[in-house]
Amino acid sequence: MCLAVPMKVVEVSGTRAVVELGGVRKPVSLDLLEGVEAGEYVIVHAGFAIEKLKPDEAQKTLDLFRELEGRAGGE
Amino acid sequence: MRFIEEFRDPRLARNARSMLLREAEGLPSAAFMEVCGTHTMSAFRCGLRGLLPPNVRLLSGPGCPVCVTPNDYLDLALAHSRRRDVVVATFGDMMRVPGSRSSLEKERALGADVRVVYSPLDALEIARKEPSRRVLFLGVGFETTAPLVAASILEARESGVRNFAVLSGHKLVPPALEALLAVKDLRLHGFLCPGHVSAVIGSDAYVPIARDGRIPCVIAGFEPLDMIQGLLMLLRQVRAKSAEVQNQYARVVTAGGNRKAREALARVFEPADAAWRGLGRIPSSGLRIRDEFREFDAEAVPPPESPEPSVEPRGCLCGLVLQGLKTPPECPLFGKACRPENPVGACMVSGEGTCAAYYKYGMDHYAHE
Amino acid sequence: MNDDRILLAHGSGGRLTHDLIRQVFLPRFRSEALGKLADSAVLDSPGSRLAFTTDSYVVKPLFFPGGDIGKLSVCGTVNDLSVVGAAPRCLSCGFIIEEGFALPLLERIADSIRAAAAEAGVEVVTGDTKVVEKGGADGLFINTAGIGVVPPSVDLSADRIRPGDRVLINGGIGEHGLAVLVQREGLRFQSEIRSDCAPLHRLAADILRASPGVRFMRDPTRGGLATTLNEAAGGREWGILIDEEAVPVCDAVRGLCEILGLDPLYVANEGKLVAVAAAAEADRVLAAMRANPLGAGSRIIGEVVEKPRGRVVVRSAIGGLRVADMLTGEPLPRIC
Repeated sequence: MCLAVPMKVVEVSGTRAVVELGGVRKPVSLDLLEGVEAGEYVIVHAGFAIEKLKPDEAQKTLDLFRELEGRAGGE
Repeated sequence: MRFIEEFRDPRLARNARSMLLREAEGLPSAAFMEVCGTHTMSAFRCGLRGLLPPNVRLLSGPGCPVCVTPNDYLDLALAHSRRRDVVVATFGDMMRVPGSRSSLEKERALGADVRVVYSPLDALEIARKEPSRRVLFLGVGFETTAPLVAASILEARESGVRNFAVLSGHKLVPPALEALLAVKDLRLHGFLCPGHVSAVIGSDAYVPIARDGRIPCVIAGFEPLDMIQGLLMLLRQVRAKSAEVQNQYARVVTAGGNRKAREALARVFEPADAAWRGLGRIPSSGLRIRDEFREFDAEAVPPPESPEPSVEPRGCLCGLVLQGLKTPPECPLFGKACRPENPVGACMVSGEGTCAAYYKYGMDHYAHE
Repeated sequence: MNDDRILLAHGSGGRLTHDLIRQVFLPRFRSEALGKLADSAVLDSPGSRLAFTTDSYVVKPLFFPGGDIGKLSVCGTVNDLSVVGAAPRCLSCGFIIEEGFALPLLERIADSIRAAAAEAGVEVVTGDTKVVEKGGADGLFINTAGIGVVPPSVDLSADRIRPGDRVLINGGIGEHGLAVLVQREGLRFQSEIRSDCAPLHRLAADILRASPGVRFMRDPTRGGLATTLNEAAGGREWGILIDEEAVPVCDAVRGLCEILGLDPLYVANEGKLVAVAAAAEADRVLAAMRANPLGAGSRIIGEVVEKPRGRVVVRSAIGGLRVADMLTGEPLPRIC
């Protein structure tokens, strides 16, 4: 019930945006999300953007597993 | 593909898995439950269970909204679909689900106008383009989906669309988790919580569950790395004997969730008691459309024929499977009378039903359960 | 004909039928045999084995990025001949047309058939036309049957497959199915995905030339690559292990499948060829495939294994395993 994908915002106009993944473009509704700008990534579920992606948090997660012996604090 | 492929990186996954194996050493057996159909699918797609430590079990709970919807919802939808002036618009997940006697796919073959849509906005668009038809949208899904349906109803009202209605089968996750804690014989050591539902409701929503149930709750994303890290965090809590809410999916989920989405949901819907296949009736676990939006509520429209009483399929153990008390192979119908090409219970037909996942992705000897 | 719609009368076999054939089909399907308009085309066959196949084409919509029902009806049948090692020679072409169908559209489709047949080096030598009442045929259905000649040395069969053999494919999967799905369901996606519909006769011939001992070939159409591999492996003493990372999938297909919740392994193809070759031959076959314009993206995607018998297993990027069964039902966009 959670099938939603990260897509890049390429264009915003009012409460609608065009998002893109792998070259596929789709219009989505921004009715449920504020302050979205082109260039950002949003999670898209059934035609709506429901959250923004935070690249720094993403990076933190990835960094935890780059080194096998890396000290991964119990988050 | 950004924010997708990095979380499928084999090297990172290998490292995370090593940490998981190490963490599990010396611990007694632990059973964790995921309650999200997307987690069920994702785990099977990447073959996760076969990579887990031998003393860690991942159970699939009532996370498939299609599977937990009892037959009477679908029977009602099917009754509406037989009207000539009705277009039933639905997510693809519902098409092949068997009701008591039929399915949307079968009704379409018999002439019903049933259309698969990707979004409730597409259903609204059909209503606009075909004003002489009445569009009935099947609202299934949890808190990820309900706000979108709410927003669609609000848009329908604002743009004066009169021929659009929703049959709400929406349900809420936290009440289901509480109900699971009360299931006799179910011993769980943690919940792997649904990432996108949590994006809406926020990680704080699980605090009462972790506290009252004394059970660790880790919110996780859906990529292999996310699920492995989620399980790692659960194991660490087990070792530390803690029972807290943790957020593995921090790149999307915040403590407070998406307020705007919740506001839209609350504006259009209100909690109502709901029947869950397997778990039974759970108070305040479903969503009904508020009276103020009655014109968009398909429940307010009587179907042309009173549907015959709903029957649940005999011998089908979907209820027990959904509670995590049985695995699909333990159901006598599994793989015999009940297969994806002729499913008996919803758990088999829904793309991410536990039984379908087991059958399609096979347990054989490639995963230990 | 004095209007541009097909009438029921066009299918009756009388004057209008003959007019239709003379004006729409004959000029495009240049063939001496066809021109005779006899009941069967009589063909010289120099004592070899003949391959004979048939398929009906009911695709909707009729036109999609990368092709149309006409091109499909030629390539599909040509490909069924090619993968058994036959050199395709000729086709039959039967039309079932819905009353009211626009004549310019029929002409456009007939043009596609002509072009595809020319590219595949086949003649349309015989045909049939029927018209049905409105609502009877969803616009247009086409059936093609094809004959090809199989050289005596060719021995392609799943019976010859052994554990250790390698599985190859000529390029990215899932393109045709998505190109059609996006048009049909009105999903309002903008994508560059085009059907991969193409005749594979030269590619198949190149493979056979490079490795006459190649075990088996097949074109994975409806049901996708996973279904086709299951068809080969079902009931056998061996199974197939696919390395998911090695299966070519273009970005657009990957992206759209993510969004809709589809698995590319189950999405239809119309220009793909799967080959199974002995391990020692695999690199040679790969090189031959890559040298062909329709094989630039060829990869070795898996191997034949002893266990599990009769099944297809996929190894995911993270090293986990799952069984890939045959497709049941149609792939539908989902929210879960």
